[in-house]
Amino acid sequence: MTEQNMLEAQRVAFRYTEDGPNAVDGLSLAVRRGEFVAVLGANGCGKSTLAKHFNAILLPSEGCVLVEGVPTADEDRLLELRQKVGMVFQNPDNQIVATVVEEDVAFALENLGVEPGEMRRRVDEAMKLAGIYKYRDKAPHHLSGGQKQRVAIAGVIAMQPDCLILDEATAMLDPIGREKVMHTVHRLNRECGITVVAITHYMEEAARADRVIVMSHGRIAMEGTPKEVFSRVDEVRRLHLDVPQPAELCCALTQAGMPMPDDLIGVDECARALYRALTGKEAPQCRTS
Amino acid sequence: MLRDITIGQHFPGNSVLHTMDPRLKLVLTIAYIIMLFVGSNFVGLAVAVVFLAALYLTAKIPLKVILKSLKPIIPIILFTSVLNVFLMTGKGQPLVHWGVINIYEEGVRYAVMIAVRIVCLIAGTSLLTYTTSPIVLTDAIERLLRPLAKLHLPVHELAMMMTIALRFIPTLIEETEKIMNAQKARGAQLDSGKLVQRVKALVPVLIPLFVSAFRRADELAVAMECRCYHGGEGRTRLKQMHMTARDVLLACVCAAVFALIGVSNHIHVF
Repeated sequence: MTEQNMLEAQRVAFRYTEDGPNAVDGLSLAVRRGEFVAVLGANGCGKSTLAKHFNAILLPSEGCVLVEGVPTADEDRLLELRQKVGMVFQNPDNQIVATVVEEDVAFALENLGVEPGEMRRRVDEAMKLAGIYKYRDKAPHHLSGGQKQRVAIAGVIAMQPDCLILDEATAMLDPIGREKVMHTVHRLNRECGITVVAITHYMEEAARADRVIVMSHGRIAMEGTPKEVFSRVDEVRRLHLDVPQPAELCCALTQAGMPMPDDLIGVDECARALYRALTGKEAPQCRTS
Repeated sequence: MLRDITIGQHFPGNSVLHTMDPRLKLVLTIAYIIMLFVGSNFVGLAVAVVFLAALYLTAKIPLKVILKSLKPIIPIILFTSVLNVFLMTGKGQPLVHWGVINIYEEGVRYAVMIAVRIVCLIAGTSLLTYTTSPIVLTDAIERLLRPLAKLHLPVHELAMMMTIALRFIPTLIEETEKIMNAQKARGAQLDSGKLVQRVKALVPVLIPLFVSAFRRADELAVAMECRCYHGGEGRTRLKQMHMTARDVLLACVCAAVFALIGVSNHIHVF
């Protein structure tokens, strides 16, 4: 059982100071291999703290975190562990080390002592996967936010990790950059089988995950598929979060006396349901989909 | 204003100089600087100037760029030259004799030479940075100093610091401009008033800049750890440095020119 889980947190508690409050408070969680999990929560609910436990940047004050069955407290296997679980942070400027794109992508491999020929191959592959190959000899500060963030992702996937953790990786990007980054991440999840844990504030991103976890005060407040979670509109709102706009619209319509299904989170399916409710007929096939 | 700085800037290209082994380039630049001061007459310096001009032509760096990089040092050149003109005493009759001021031929000679030397010094070292990306240069320094690591000198750490500093210069310049604009929008007067006032007005710019730089450092450290950074031990590099036959040839040409400058000391023209 444990072997199948990519990441596992067992009753994890963490305090930043000896007698301070628990930032993560007795949380248990298992992420299966190949799964796409979105973690939501208001500011200060402990989601970033939890994320930092998965590659041993932080070690739990109580409880235990396992990566592929290996406890993160095992110092001898620290590098192996960090190679398995790659992490991408919010601000792309603060995680790019080198002054040329391809050298930054190579940074992790240089640290791991990969032989130069092999390194070249893996760096090129990672840059192609992240869609930044054409910028390889550019300086990072000449790229847009979305491009920089994809450089950071390429730098992580060059390590060939089994799991990718995005700590609000799209928070500082414009809508186009965000879409491109999420597209890249979904492709990595689908095509390379990389497990993804995405911490986010964007409900649209969470709606596309396999599973959504809502955190509050260091604990898991809600958990389930995006449909299960976002259909509980009032409960989500009480945790100071939004629901995706289609779910919000359906909820408002139902309250106004027009019954709508409560599990619609995609724009397209919501539009179809509206068409059906208004005309009594099935919507014609949409061209864009 | 901040974007005009060209010293230390890199102009990508494919010339012989661009593709030359950076270690060799670094050593040759240092040798060139030494030769500038070894050459003690106009013949030697003329050779040095012509040689440098030829290198600039090979590297296809526009003249405008060179002049721009020299602009900030004009005051230094003037200052040292003027001092030399007035303070050097020479043999024979002074050229100008006016009150306590005596200008000797020796002084003028020296002033011109020092000016030429400083210009060549700046232009020469700039050529190194124009044709070599900073990261490659840092790499070259690290590799040249590697033997010193045996004496427990933190060579890798220093090189890493250089790399990160270079990487963050544009980011911090951008940030400085952002903060300055934010302060201006709040009515701060950064470019007017007396010197003391202007220096004082900089404090609200520098403090946020420092705070944010430290925050960045903290985040970068975590990001580096996430990518398995653990010091220089067992590290490999993406780009390997190779000395090619062309590099050796170029080194020989440089050596010949340097020898010429050295020999020119014994030619007496003036």
